[in-house]
Amino acid sequence: MNTTIMLFLVQDGITNGAIYALLGLALVLVFAVTRVILIPQGEFVTYGALTYASLAAGQMPGTAKLALALGIGAFGFDLFVARKALHARLIVRSLITNIVLPAIVLALTLYFAAQKPPVAVCIALSLVIVAMIGLYLYRIAFQPLAHTSVLVLLIASVGVHLALQGLGLLFFGAEGQRGPAVLSGAFTAGALRFTGQSITVYAITIAFIVGLWLFFGLTLYGKALRATAVNRLGARLAGIRTTLSGQIAFLLASVIGALSGILIVPITTLYYDSGFLIGLKGFVAAIIGGLVSYPLTAVAALVVGIVEAFSSFYASNYKEVIVFMLLIPVLLLRSLAAPAVEEEKD
Amino acid sequence: MQSRLPIIVFAAVMAAIPFVPGMPPFWIVLLDNIGLAALVAMGLVLLTGVGGLTSFGQAAFVGFGAYTTAVLSTAYGLSPWLTLPLSLVVSGSLAVLLGLITVRLSGHYLPLGTLAWGLGLFYLFSKLEFLGRNDGISAIPPLSIGTFKMLSPGSIYYAIWIAVIVSALLTMNLLDSRTGRAIRALRRGHVAAEAFGVHTPRAKLLVFIHAAVLAGLSGWLYAHLQRAVNPTPFGAHMGIEYLFIAVVGGAGYVWGGVLGAAIVVVLKEVLQSYLPLILPGSGQVETIVFGIMLVALLQLAPGGLWPWLMSFLPERTSGKKPDTSLQLGHRTRAPGEAGVLLQVEKARKQFGGVVAVNNVSFDVKAREIVALIGPNGAGKSTTFNLITGVLSATSGSISVLGRKVDNAPPQEIVKLGISRTFQHVKLVPDMTVLENVAIGAHLRGHSGPISSMLRLDRTDEAKLLAEAARQIERVGLTEQMHQLAGSLSLGQQRIVEIARALCVDPMLLLLDEPAAGLRHMEKQRLATLLRELRDGGMSVLLVEHDMGFVMNLADRIVVLDFGTKIAEGTPATIKTNPEVIKAYLGVAA
Repeated sequence: MNTTIMLFLVQDGITNGAIYALLGLALVLVFAVTRVILIPQGEFVTYGALTYASLAAGQMPGTAKLALALGIGAFGFDLFVARKALHARLIVRSLITNIVLPAIVLALTLYFAAQKPPVAVCIALSLVIVAMIGLYLYRIAFQPLAHTSVLVLLIASVGVHLALQGLGLLFFGAEGQRGPAVLSGAFTAGALRFTGQSITVYAITIAFIVGLWLFFGLTLYGKALRATAVNRLGARLAGIRTTLSGQIAFLLASVIGALSGILIVPITTLYYDSGFLIGLKGFVAAIIGGLVSYPLTAVAALVVGIVEAFSSFYASNYKEVIVFMLLIPVLLLRSLAAPAVEEEKD
Repeated sequence: MQSRLPIIVFAAVMAAIPFVPGMPPFWIVLLDNIGLAALVAMGLVLLTGVGGLTSFGQAAFVGFGAYTTAVLSTAYGLSPWLTLPLSLVVSGSLAVLLGLITVRLSGHYLPLGTLAWGLGLFYLFSKLEFLGRNDGISAIPPLSIGTFKMLSPGSIYYAIWIAVIVSALLTMNLLDSRTGRAIRALRRGHVAAEAFGVHTPRAKLLVFIHAAVLAGLSGWLYAHLQRAVNPTPFGAHMGIEYLFIAVVGGAGYVWGGVLGAAIVVVLKEVLQSYLPLILPGSGQVETIVFGIMLVALLQLAPGGLWPWLMSFLPERTSGKKPDTSLQLGHRTRAPGEAGVLLQVEKARKQFGGVVAVNNVSFDVKAREIVALIGPNGAGKSTTFNLITGVLSATSGSISVLGRKVDNAPPQEIVKLGISRTFQHVKLVPDMTVLENVAIGAHLRGHSGPISSMLRLDRTDEAKLLAEAARQIERVGLTEQMHQLAGSLSLGQQRIVEIARALCVDPMLLLLDEPAAGLRHMEKQRLATLLRELRDGGMSVLLVEHDMGFVMNLADRIVVLDFGTKIAEGTPATIKTNPEVIKAYLGVAA
């Protein structure tokens, strides 16, 4: 085997793996806090990527309108839930976060889309739009179901995935898109060529892993989120607003998803339905990481990326089969080592 | 036992539908599709709703069934009727293989694991040469009886719906049996079921195979309905769709699967044909609306539609009282059940640095009531768990009838005639008291899943229920026999646990705080019952905090404090023991 090819494959694998790591982290985060297995994570990726690419191409992305529509829905839910004890402060607060904010973003998007904005503006707008979508989705689809079983939440998650994917087709069409590089330029080290884009991918992944670790280890909000993950009722009794924890988790997940999308869309062409498979590979990593451990998830994601790179080189037909079958030995090991803990399920 | 009348009416209605004049042929096609989806969803009801094992991989089993018959009937020219058992065997044996890997996974690994192999298998279907890659296999022969070929959707309609109704009957028979009770206990954790001899991994594998065989049957029918197969309908999206069919219908109910299939298939069809009229020009509007409706439906009825519909029907609570004259065979007695039953020697259990049980030794002889007391956290329940095999001891030994049973699993301990109750009640709340108690007699019955499905288990079953009814009568809960266990008060639930433990026909009964939550009169009745049991030859080891209850009842008392035995003796000597008083009151007397 040729060393150059091997190094090239490893590099390719690490770049993809870093993206899977980000998605895996987001999935672990959302699951731990809300018990939702976030299948729409893949849609956050495509929405982020395609919003960015459309803006950069000077087109108006439909996602900005969706954010406003969902915001209006979320406002309605807020009002309905609080209908017996409405007071002005609550209405104003809900109005600002759910309607005024997306309306401003929509106006900005309309303004900038007409004049091919610089990359930084495109990134900022895409992140904010997708973050709002994530936040409102939690309010509309998941918060009313927060007390139900993991299975019901999962099915709701599938419903959201279907709706978002359908909307993706409506907004972005069936054609694939590519976006401009976040950081252009490149340098070579030996046989390898490092592009600015791939360096950005590594840097952001590492920054997020460290950031999440600090957030959960040191900040009060991070600890509140962990407390919610361990015991919802206990956290509530201790004064933690569990809906806030859920909102933070969805906000982080949608930002991470959108960011991953923005990072890969300059490297690969993305279609409206590409997200599902990308998200699932993040899943594979998250499962290997046991849905709890962030560092293990990150390592597993790199392994998934590298295995994918090598199998697409040697057996491209069986690339997906190999990646998903990678789980079987891992699950086997886990099941052999599984302690006999009693679970009280609902 | 459910009445058969509604099913007969349903079957008659389904049989008559194709004869309704003016019935559009397209509706028959829809009904075919509903039947195919219902078969898969029914398996998921058992697997997910009843057994608590979520699977995304069912579409792959449909694929196995479809591809098996497709390959065998085209490439090898086998008759479709011959490929039916083969399709089922292929789905079933692959379920064994995948099940051995996945069903042992706990919690959320399982659904994700099934999602992973579901996807992997989908890609495999679309890449393998002999399965025709992405194009699949076409020109599959139709089903035929003699010279009659089932070419039209209307003719295969009967094959599909006979399969649905027969499968539903078999599945319901299975649930209403010895094996069914073991399956229904799975969702509530495995400790209680295992304490009565249920081999939980085997029960999980069983439902997994059952669901896979139903999916395989659906696949076989699908292949002969479409007369062509390709990988698309066996992908991850379909796996997910089957799951939400089950959830929308009501995941715990066999007919919920059928209802869910009807709702989802019809809804998709309506959306696909009418939405473009309202919102022309746009692509996947039906997917968007479908997704939104799904979420809305779950928010309105998180338990599914079947239980919601059933709640409008008058409730039927009165069940038939089992014929208690039937006798169940006794547990095989071991020689020596008149001497020392249980000997705990220097048993030790450490959890990390915490020593929960510190070299504790004591014994229980025949016809004796021994109480294990001590302040909270003294290690009493841990000692119980060591004896019953739920936990394994760090060191020391536990012998039953002179034979060491160190680290034997709970299923083996109960076979020796030691049964128990739990400090935190572990009943299946949505099963009746009678059914819960009958789990206790699990090892005294012998009917397997196949005989249960075919109702060949009825004499065995009647004896099991008779024994359960006798023990319920013995503890004084006859009136509550047909109520759901979850609707009883906590004190009554503890008594139900005692009846369940008695069903083992034990030589030694381990009771973990049996009197907690009981009223004064109930406590007295319990004490009388325990004395009767002792006088009848049974021994009792109990953990209890009510000192009045213990002092009046126990022959001997063992006192633990911080995991260490500090005293042992008759109630009279324990009452005056300075160590004991210090442990309870914190001061030297």
